[in-house]
Amino acid sequence: MYDLKALYEAQSVQDAVRLRLEHPQAQIIAGGTDVLVQMREGKRAGAELISIYGIDEMRGVSLDEQGAIRIGSLTSFSHITRDPIIQKYINVLGEAVDLVGGPQIRNAGTIGGNTCNGVTSADSASTLFAWDAVIELTGENGPRRVPIEEFYLAAGRVDLRPDEVQTAILIPRESYENCSGHYIKYAMRNAMDIATTGCSVNVVLSEDKRTIRRARIAYGVAGPVPLRARTAEKTAEGRPFTAETAEAFAAAVLEDIRPRDSWRASKAFREHIAVELAQRCLIEAGRRAGGVPA
Amino acid sequence: MRKNVGQSKTRVDAFDKAAGRAKYTEDLCDRGALTTRLVHAAVAHGLVTAVDTAEAEQVPGVVRVFTCFDVPENCFPTAGHPWSTDPRHQDVCDRLLLSRHVRYYGDDVAVVVAEDDVAAARAAALVRVSYEELPFVLDVQEAMKPDAPQIHENFPGNVLAHTQIRTGDYEAASREPGLLKVEGWYDTPTVQHCHIENHICTAHMEGDRVTVTSSTQIPHIVRRICGQALGVPWGKIRVLKPYIGGGFGNKQDALYEPLCAWLTTQLGGRLVKIDCRREETFVNNRVRHAIRTHIISWVRPDGTFAARKIECFSNQGAYASHGHAVAAKGMGAFPQLYPCENVEGDAWTVFTNRPAAGAMRGYGIPQAMWASECHMDDVAKALGQDPVEYRRQVVMPKGYVDGFSKNENYYDTFRQVMDKGVEAIDYRRKREAYASQTGPVRRGVGMALFWYNTAVWPISLESSSCRMVLNQDGSVQVQTGETEIGQGCDTAYAQMAADVIGIPFEDVHVVSTQDTDVTPFGTGAYASRQTYVGGFAIEQTGSMLKKKILDCASEITRQTPANLDVIDGQIVRISDGRTLMSLGELAAEVLYSLEHSQHLTAESTYQIKNNAYSFGCTFAEVEVDIPMCRVKLLDIVNVHDCGRLINPALAEAQVHGGMSMGIGYGLSEQLLFDPKTGKPLNNNLLDYKLSTFMDHPNLRVFFVENPEPTSPFGTKALGEPPACSPAPAIRNAILNATGVSVNNAPMTPHVLFARFKEGGVL
Repeated sequence: MYDLKALYEAQSVQDAVRLRLEHPQAQIIAGGTDVLVQMREGKRAGAELISIYGIDEMRGVSLDEQGAIRIGSLTSFSHITRDPIIQKYINVLGEAVDLVGGPQIRNAGTIGGNTCNGVTSADSASTLFAWDAVIELTGENGPRRVPIEEFYLAAGRVDLRPDEVQTAILIPRESYENCSGHYIKYAMRNAMDIATTGCSVNVVLSEDKRTIRRARIAYGVAGPVPLRARTAEKTAEGRPFTAETAEAFAAAVLEDIRPRDSWRASKAFREHIAVELAQRCLIEAGRRAGGVPA
Repeated sequence: MRKNVGQSKTRVDAFDKAAGRAKYTEDLCDRGALTTRLVHAAVAHGLVTAVDTAEAEQVPGVVRVFTCFDVPENCFPTAGHPWSTDPRHQDVCDRLLLSRHVRYYGDDVAVVVAEDDVAAARAAALVRVSYEELPFVLDVQEAMKPDAPQIHENFPGNVLAHTQIRTGDYEAASREPGLLKVEGWYDTPTVQHCHIENHICTAHMEGDRVTVTSSTQIPHIVRRICGQALGVPWGKIRVLKPYIGGGFGNKQDALYEPLCAWLTTQLGGRLVKIDCRREETFVNNRVRHAIRTHIISWVRPDGTFAARKIECFSNQGAYASHGHAVAAKGMGAFPQLYPCENVEGDAWTVFTNRPAAGAMRGYGIPQAMWASECHMDDVAKALGQDPVEYRRQVVMPKGYVDGFSKNENYYDTFRQVMDKGVEAIDYRRKREAYASQTGPVRRGVGMALFWYNTAVWPISLESSSCRMVLNQDGSVQVQTGETEIGQGCDTAYAQMAADVIGIPFEDVHVVSTQDTDVTPFGTGAYASRQTYVGGFAIEQTGSMLKKKILDCASEITRQTPANLDVIDGQIVRISDGRTLMSLGELAAEVLYSLEHSQHLTAESTYQIKNNAYSFGCTFAEVEVDIPMCRVKLLDIVNVHDCGRLINPALAEAQVHGGMSMGIGYGLSEQLLFDPKTGKPLNNNLLDYKLSTFMDHPNLRVFFVENPEPTSPFGTKALGEPPACSPAPAIRNAILNATGVSVNNAPMTPHVLFARFKEGGVL
């Protein structure tokens, strides 16, 4: 039995915007895999909910006119993993969200909910950060777009205005072209867990596959929100795809990450794992891009 | 004749459980029941000075709020032990229904009774509790220090109990020249049972009697404890136990039944329900004792032991519950598993401000085997010997007899199970292949033995009662006080009863629900005793029923009873094998006879004065990714000698469950507490890392079937043993892979990170 005052079911994006304005205190609910858990814990006693779960126009993956990959915010994790566009252009995202919770959670949970929750451990977030994803938010005056790094304001807080719903997540063409990535979720067990640290790396190699043209790396749980390790990225750029490069790249992440001590893991442990993950992710991302470590 | 025993019969409850028809406590609870919400203490130790319920009582839907100042002054024990009429052997009475003296973070201070869950939750959040805070202590050895906070007035120094083993002369023997000293400290964590169904109970009154329906393993014991807690004659309490979703020892305690029983007496006998949330199951039910063990072995160059010493520090938590029985059982294994002439042992069970520790699958043996088997690999390593070969040399021999229990090791079980394990996991080849590895990812194999004994004789009462009733169609109801808790004993009983009486398996109707008003007395499911002890009562009662049947058959057929038998539900003349009539025809004839009508039943109690050894081992193979501080379990094999298998498929399934529990114990499970406040940090199934299917390899099970001579069915314990040895086997495999000994369970990546650094591999 949930302590629930009212449930408003939006029929369309516009309807959702109207409900948002009518019920400013209400909480948006999509798949419910976070909101219902919080309610059970008593965190939203007497809550009003706006369900957007029935808005089918917010589901599915497509390529837009500019060639960007458009992921509807209500697309479930399991649909993302099995989507042909995702598999062709940004398979690592499908792999990353396939590590969320268990099968039931992945069938119900949505990528929009995963990002709007604003938590650093979200399995989709580090990959979306690493691929320069753009968040589409629709409000009274139509859609606006923000880079994902700006969307995350602080732990548990995102740039979602009172009239808005998140409608899509976009991966620009220049971000995914010729790019291969790898994600490692480091958790205390192999399913039903939240990342202790998650690392997503992607690379573009030179035509001869020997040099790293571009490397991007992002972490979950290395700070209050997901973050990019840009010092490491610069370290690898233009360098040969070798084990030494991977080592230098990995060592450089310590310049950028800010893990903390908590009962879940010590700072020293998180840093150690973060370095190890960076190295392994870079090697695997390069291998997937056709590179051969010299 | 044994037609059914030994066969993998389909569970008698399989269809109902698969179809969702089986009724559990919540299914039986009327929708109109009042519901409750406990108010838990927000300090680890303190005295409640006031409870303000005014605001809570204003919440619509709230019926009453009861506080620790409202409950009766009857101190009661909670342990699911058989009662002793000797006051010196009775359990410690240290509980009230609600606590004025808060002894752990989360202790029960008040309870809201309401019409629905939302009202109850809202009101519980509005109950204001004031405390006089006291210092608290979480660590067992800290709690033994002279200046430690005192938790129970009657137990100065916080020591609930201290027992000793003194054999030979440890001090003198350890001075023998040329001895190798191997010493270690081995730590086990506080873990929880995590059965699927949280504890739930309901209570209502009829006349002046209280009926409690509960998810419990021990209905007859719960009746006694409810009577003690309420201060009423025990016959005024009736306890019903329907199907339950697992217990693993947590429900071998009176949990919220006494409070629920009292609440209904305060509410005009209305039906009231206490339904634990998972967060409460972790903290407010029972946990496994965390035991820290110190072992010193003085070893001769030939590997034999000159002297051995063990010290066990058992963290009891806030209340006595099963108390010292757990540490005592664990320490009891030490001098038996690897016999030595000079042994000094001390076990202390000590109160701390943690949740109360009670019974949990293995009852002290998983902790004891963690220490014993980690230590044995340390000794083997110090001697430069292979751990299996070394154990073969020093383990309990065939023919060993324990002076106290009079248990005899009738077979060379330990060496037999090791032989099976060695072969199953290809131990020798792998041991050689993994001998000189370098690099970040390494493999290893390891093993551990376990010692276990069935049931509780001669420590306490060991008896079982059974009733059988013959129906007009020749089928039979079987009732026992022994409880089906998911382990499958109802099916085993149906197989046994069918064979003893001589009727088809399908003609046995095991009455699964225990109702203390009508079910014969039995103390319930614990100590891996149900199949063993139930077997005696079923054999005895079935034979009595069969004799009555044959006497009636003799009367009707005019044949001598000695020449008659019941075979497959038919009355058969032995001398020529002719079927004279069916048992159904006989039963109907006897019941409806106008001359000599009889209701054919049998009932008896069998007192068991044995407690059979049940031994085995685990072999494990791991791959250790040293930089990632991670262990991948590649293969795990359990080998058990639980005597003759009653139902091989169910036996294997039971071992799977225990192995899973052992894997979590070794690698991931641990209830954590905030050192600053004593607050539990991870009392939920996300943060408490129960291992999942994805963390398990294929679980492999083998049996050595040495028939147990004391049992009519040749059977002995299998419920708890599977959980006893996986953790140390994994630890020893990690030692083999990396050369690093890890003495703290669970061996999480955090622990491995620290140990690999200390061990110089990281």
